[in-house]
Amino acid sequence: SARVMPTQERKLFSSTLFHKIFKAHTSLSLKKCKGCLYKISTSMVEKGTSLLKMMEISVAEAEKRTGKNAVNMQETYTVYLIETRPVDAASEGTNPVPDSLWRRYSEFELLRNYLLVTYPFSVVPPLPEKRAEFVWHKLSADNMDPDFVERRRVGLENFLLRVASHPDLSSDKIFYSFLTEENGWKETVFETGFQAKADSRLKALNATFRVKNPDKRFAEMKHYGDELQSVISQLLRVRARAADRLYGVYKVHGNYGRVFSEWSAIEKEMGDGLQSAGHHMDAYAASVDDILEEEEHYADQLKEYLFYADALRAVCRKHELTQYELEMAAQDLTSKKQQREELATGTIRTFSLKGMTSKLFGQETPEQREAKVKMLETQIEEGEELVKERNTECEEFVKSAWVDIERFKEQKDHDLREALISYAIMQISMCKKGIQVWNNAKECFSKM
Amino acid sequence: MLRLLSQQLRLNERDLHASVFGPGKDSKTDTSTTQTDGSSFNASMQTSPASMINQYKFEEEEEDADTKDIFVTVDNPESHVTAIETYITYRVETKTTRSEFDSSEFEVRRRYQDFLWLKGRLEEAHPTLIVHPLPEKFVMKGMVERFNEDFIETRRRALHKFLNKIAEHPIFSSSEDFKIFLTAGSGELTSHKKQGPGFLSRMGETVKAVAAAVRGVRNRPQEFTDMQEYAEAFSQKISSLDKVTQRIVREQKEYLEELKECGPTYALWSQSEQELAEPLKNVAGCVDNCCKETEEQVKHLNDHLIPVLHEYVLCADTLKAVLRRRDNIQADFEGKTEALATKKADRDADSKVLSLAWDSLVGRSPEEVKQQKQQKLKGEIKEMRDELDKAEDRLEWANNALKTDWTRWQKVMRTDLRSAFIDTAERNVSYYEKCLAVWESFLQSQRTDAEGNGNVDSS
Repeated sequence: SARVMPTQERKLFSSTLFHKIFKAHTSLSLKKCKGCLYKISTSMVEKGTSLLKMMEISVAEAEKRTGKNAVNMQETYTVYLIETRPVDAASEGTNPVPDSLWRRYSEFELLRNYLLVTYPFSVVPPLPEKRAEFVWHKLSADNMDPDFVERRRVGLENFLLRVASHPDLSSDKIFYSFLTEENGWKETVFETGFQAKADSRLKALNATFRVKNPDKRFAEMKHYGDELQSVISQLLRVRARAADRLYGVYKVHGNYGRVFSEWSAIEKEMGDGLQSAGHHMDAYAASVDDILEEEEHYADQLKEYLFYADALRAVCRKHELTQYELEMAAQDLTSKKQQREELATGTIRTFSLKGMTSKLFGQETPEQREAKVKMLETQIEEGEELVKERNTECEEFVKSAWVDIERFKEQKDHDLREALISYAIMQISMCKKGIQVWNNAKECFSKM
Repeated sequence: MLRLLSQQLRLNERDLHASVFGPGKDSKTDTSTTQTDGSSFNASMQTSPASMINQYKFEEEEEDADTKDIFVTVDNPESHVTAIETYITYRVETKTTRSEFDSSEFEVRRRYQDFLWLKGRLEEAHPTLIVHPLPEKFVMKGMVERFNEDFIETRRRALHKFLNKIAEHPIFSSSEDFKIFLTAGSGELTSHKKQGPGFLSRMGETVKAVAAAVRGVRNRPQEFTDMQEYAEAFSQKISSLDKVTQRIVREQKEYLEELKECGPTYALWSQSEQELAEPLKNVAGCVDNCCKETEEQVKHLNDHLIPVLHEYVLCADTLKAVLRRRDNIQADFEGKTEALATKKADRDADSKVLSLAWDSLVGRSPEEVKQQKQQKLKGEIKEMRDELDKAEDRLEWANNALKTDWTRWQKVMRTDLRSAFIDTAERNVSYYEKCLAVWESFLQSQRTDAEGNGNVDSS
């Protein structure tokens, strides 16, 4: 069956290159290759996604702009072109021009912050990094560098595709208008009043508090998030250093090319063999650029999950917060109930200021006491409502969050496994190139 | 046949030797029978050097087709401690079918000094032939101990190559010094070493050589100038290759250091995962395997390519030295030619005012003095002419020997370097093939896993 692969499936996590790699690698049959890619996208499309089924989304281009910023200073920034097109259009054979609009990175950030606040129980997909990190020396850490911009374009597209295939996030109206309404989107977002929630959420998440009975699973997940972040950081660091060294090894071989060429000039019989061997050494030295560029894509895949770890931890933290608020409410209720009991029986079991003052200044009148009891009863009633509310909140949060965490786990296992496979494919491709070059060189040497 | 020829050749070597190193040696070698060039052959076959060289060339081509009849190995280093010093000896084992050897198998122990001595003797006897270099006396880089295992092994290999190159050389391999080196007991060798030019005569040789060098060569034939240029250029190129290769080894080692940390990181990660644990552990294993292969590959470069390049760096110096010695021989000849011409001019000169004046003071008649002078000059001129003829022969001999050996050396160099580079290329191919297999087995394992879980789409 000639199934036309829609654009977004092909472009999942920088898979233009992914596809190139698959194509280049011959020992994996192309059939299986297509199956893998197909599998990635179907697992995302089928799980009740609405938006991705209806709409093709891509971040097609990047452009530099200059303008005045908030403090009226001249700045240069990059904008990205978001293209959308209804899914049916492609299969009908017509190729209508996609709708498009330009967005800059800060707008993506705004969208994500909104989603974080509005869907606290979702593991919200991360954005590509703001500044280039874990770079090896040849790569530029400059945000304006074209390679960095290109990799960011791909990362932004990934972000949109992931949101668009998320069971909860994809149906968000703000998300939809981000994709379709160029003007006034920012205002719309601010009108939701999410900013206030964002601030309080930020404050709460950064505060230290101790939870007495956290859900064990969430505690473990948080710990896992910590470990994942730590180990991926380490891996990225080590990999960047190794890439740097590998670059050196390949490039030094270029010197062979130069010396062989010079040497061949003074030799009679050996000249030709040396000269052509030198060319192969030059080719070998040059081949490292492509190799390391491919590896950079692998690093990007790892980075996505490095940032995902953060999102995961945020959800766990939110759970702790809701649990803590529940515990606080329950604690407060208990103490109020105890106070009532004390007032009713006249015994003071717990220390209270009222108790002390009454000891010091004499008992209250029965009317005073009755008023107090009445107040307490109201408070207890309210307290019980609050506890019920918070309990429900907690339970619902745990339920929704855990569903999304499970979904995330499956996605992560799948994606990272694919990433490891693509890494192996890259290594194989590198080895094949090496074998070819050195076999060629050997032939030239034999002619010496 | 060749060996008889080279024995003949050796007879003229003494004269050759004298022109470069001074006449002192002749007196010693004439009488003794157990001398360095101990030949029991009759010394009177006076064929011209040129024709002898031609026969040498001819024989060489034949010898290529012959099977090797001498096998030398250097192994088994042992350290010896005495009151004064500690040193290493190596076992030198010889197996041969050659008739001039008393037996077919020999085993002796030799130290570096002995090899140095042998090289020196060969160079003395054949100043314009190219002797393969010995490994250096000291290693400059860092504080490498003389008794460090790697250093000893590298040196052993180089010494082994040295002896084999000597054995493969048509002239050197029939050298008496070589034979004694391979067969003599340590006592015999020591006493043999004591013979040969004494200290004073060697001093005389050096002085003569310096004089010749200072005098300089006037009319060097173009072909030798070409060789000089080649030697310079070759020296530069081979030194560059040596440096480049050493840099590659350094970079590879640094790469290896970083790569060694990757595997453990993947392994660490696998400990936090469930589904991913297996592929991560697998990747960790693959990376570790690649590390091992890289280590092997670096070792191979170090042990095989670098020593060969280094040898040829030293060879380049030998080439330059050989050309210098040839120049000295020519300079000596030119000097003698000049001196003879001057003497002849003296003889033909009309007035010898000063000398007559002196002689008249002494009280002899002018005619008498003139007669005496003429006789004396005649005698001197004859002597000088004889010397000049010998110098001419020596020069012709040296030039032809050099030309022939140069061609031979180039062939050997080509073979050695070609096979060293081919070997390196093959090793690199093998390295990549092994790494390829490692990663393909990983892919395979992931595929079978996927199939096992029924995840494969059949589209």
